[in-house]
Amino acid sequence: MTNSILYSVLLLASLGIFAAIILYVVSKKFYVYEDPLIADVDDVLPAANCGGCGSPGCKAFAQKLVNSDDISELFCPVGGNDVMKLVSEILGKEVAEKDPTVAVLLCQGGCDVRPKTTIYQGPRTCSISAMVYGGETDCQYGCLGDGDCVAVCDFDAMYMDESTGLPVIISDKCTSCGACVKACPRDIIEMRPKNKRDLKIFVGCLNEDKGGIAKKACDVACIGCSKCEDICPKDAVIMTGNLAYIDPVLCTLCRKCVEVCPTHSIIETNFPPKKVKKPKVEKPKVEKVAVVKESVESVIPKTDA
Amino acid sequence: MLKTFPKGGIHPAENKITSSKEIKRMPIPKVVYVPIAQHIGIPSEIIVDRKDKVEIGQVVAKSSGFVSSNIHSPVAGTVTKLDMIVDTSGYKKQCIVIRTDQKNESNFEEPNFPLKKEISMDQKDILKHITDSGIVGLGGATFPSHVKLDLKNDNHVDCLIINGVECEPYLTADHRLMLEKADEIIVGIQILMHALHIQEAVIGIENNKKDAIKALKKAAQSDKRIKVAALQVKYPQGSEKQLIKAIIKREVPKGGLPMDVGIIVHNVGTIFAIYQAVQYDRPLIERVVTVTGKKIENASNFWVKIGTPIKDLVNEVGGIPEGTRKIVNGGPMMGKAIKNTDVPVTKGTSGILVISEDEASRGEPKNCIRCGECVDVCPMGLEPHLLMNLTEKGIYETAANEDIMTCIECGSCSYVCPSHRPLLDYIRFGKSIVKKLNTAKN
Repeated sequence: MTNSILYSVLLLASLGIFAAIILYVVSKKFYVYEDPLIADVDDVLPAANCGGCGSPGCKAFAQKLVNSDDISELFCPVGGNDVMKLVSEILGKEVAEKDPTVAVLLCQGGCDVRPKTTIYQGPRTCSISAMVYGGETDCQYGCLGDGDCVAVCDFDAMYMDESTGLPVIISDKCTSCGACVKACPRDIIEMRPKNKRDLKIFVGCLNEDKGGIAKKACDVACIGCSKCEDICPKDAVIMTGNLAYIDPVLCTLCRKCVEVCPTHSIIETNFPPKKVKKPKVEKPKVEKVAVVKESVESVIPKTDA
Repeated sequence: MLKTFPKGGIHPAENKITSSKEIKRMPIPKVVYVPIAQHIGIPSEIIVDRKDKVEIGQVVAKSSGFVSSNIHSPVAGTVTKLDMIVDTSGYKKQCIVIRTDQKNESNFEEPNFPLKKEISMDQKDILKHITDSGIVGLGGATFPSHVKLDLKNDNHVDCLIINGVECEPYLTADHRLMLEKADEIIVGIQILMHALHIQEAVIGIENNKKDAIKALKKAAQSDKRIKVAALQVKYPQGSEKQLIKAIIKREVPKGGLPMDVGIIVHNVGTIFAIYQAVQYDRPLIERVVTVTGKKIENASNFWVKIGTPIKDLVNEVGGIPEGTRKIVNGGPMMGKAIKNTDVPVTKGTSGILVISEDEASRGEPKNCIRCGECVDVCPMGLEPHLLMNLTEKGIYETAANEDIMTCIECGSCSYVCPSHRPLLDYIRFGKSIVKKLNTAKN
């Protein structure tokens, strides 16, 4: 009885010692040196593994940061300046400082303002339907509404608005990783600078067609009338063909262009209601793009006349 | 046992409603929309301006590279505008809009070209005529014909194959052309054989067109070099690679061209266009189009000017019937539904097919049950279910290794799938991505 206990203890102990020796030899023989800095940098990175920086994950980005001499071109859009400052402290290298950005949707052609003229039956992903034809409406520049951008968003910062058929970006959750920008076959999503109160003014349309055709396809299309270009005091509006674009660097958010736009294709977000003499025209404009559209629609008949 | 290709293939219901209908001439449209991208390759370059007067057959857009083609005005009239029009691709493309001059008699003359057998030109002149006349492959791929005929010295071509298969259901344009213009087609073949110094030509025709086989055999009696091969009815036999395999059992290498195995393939429509270009100096400004559909009353074949809006064709056969779901440019297998009926007929339009609601519905896609039907029918020996899965999950490099680029997009896999999976949609998308990756690599 005692013998069998003794044997088994001895056997297990010798097995353990044997395995330990093998493990020791192997770990010495195949030892890979890893810079301890990589682990340190990896700790401060957001661990989202979104790929927004261009590397396949946070660990890979940390390696890149540690191993390159010049890291002024590398940037973690999710962590932003705060994280990059920490990285700079750890590594003692110069890092770039970038203004925070946020994704915006450059299309507001919902079901209500952009009538469908075709029925598409194929697989419901934007990438395939964009390859097959110009979309279910007559606008071949606007949102296809199949939600490829929503599917790739790792941060739950996007959802499809059932009533309009357009994606909505929740600015507070958006980390500007850029996944949606890459996923969109129509290049409708743009990264624009984000200020403290998230005030933005941009042209919510990409239709390059002539005014009449664009207007026919979508009520809120940019018709290329150049009114915004004329009124802008800072020359921030750039007209290319039949389409206006507002340069976010030059724009001072004076909102003059928003008022003159006859089709209301210029979107303003998060501005407090303006103190005007005629309160009946203005409705409080609130945070989301989709809500702006409602107010847009209510104004249309008045300005068209 | 009739000849056919060995691997895969399907036999969908033929529905060749219009096979007994003579080719009629469409009335001249009031306005024609001539897109500048009617062929594979670089779009042509517009050389007319607004308010210019143009004659029939005048070049309005000239070839802008080797793989490109001239485009001629199909009518005499005035260029009213250069505009963006939705074409068969579903996107807006540059078009030349020409209003027909109703007083100009040349518009309404019945073209009368008696058979002309003597071939008086030499090789160089023939090639020049084909290049200048803007001839492209009329089978549907619209590959500029002069590119196929411009042989490099190291390519030894010994056989010319004429594609009269027309394996797509519903379409009868080539069938009727072979019946009505058999002698001209034989002369066209002789012209090409003369130009390329080829001593052998085979016309491949499926056995459901017995009258066409008979007509061409009779026309080819005097020339022992031209043979007519009756083929078993099987889709996609009209595909170049399958046809070569069926007729002379040679296999075009992966990523290669028929030229690599010493063969040139041309469609019968192209041959007829070459005949007209060489013998009568007539550019490619019209083609045969089958306008058909189960509910169409007067379904028939027409000589149609390039640029005629499709709505004119549909009106000619009695308008759009009730319950129509899709109007397809081309055949039911490979054709593409058009966005609206203002889309013009281009050089590649072989048929206009009006499909009703019940025929057009695609069915709800369900999960793959691994039945292997798609693998059985794939004429290229691929695994469509695998390619679709890889594309869906974005594993493009593995898809490239699984030879996604050799897919000929015949749609047999989607046709047989019991789960209604959109196999071809995904494979086509995967191909476009792999193509982009390949060009990025080089």
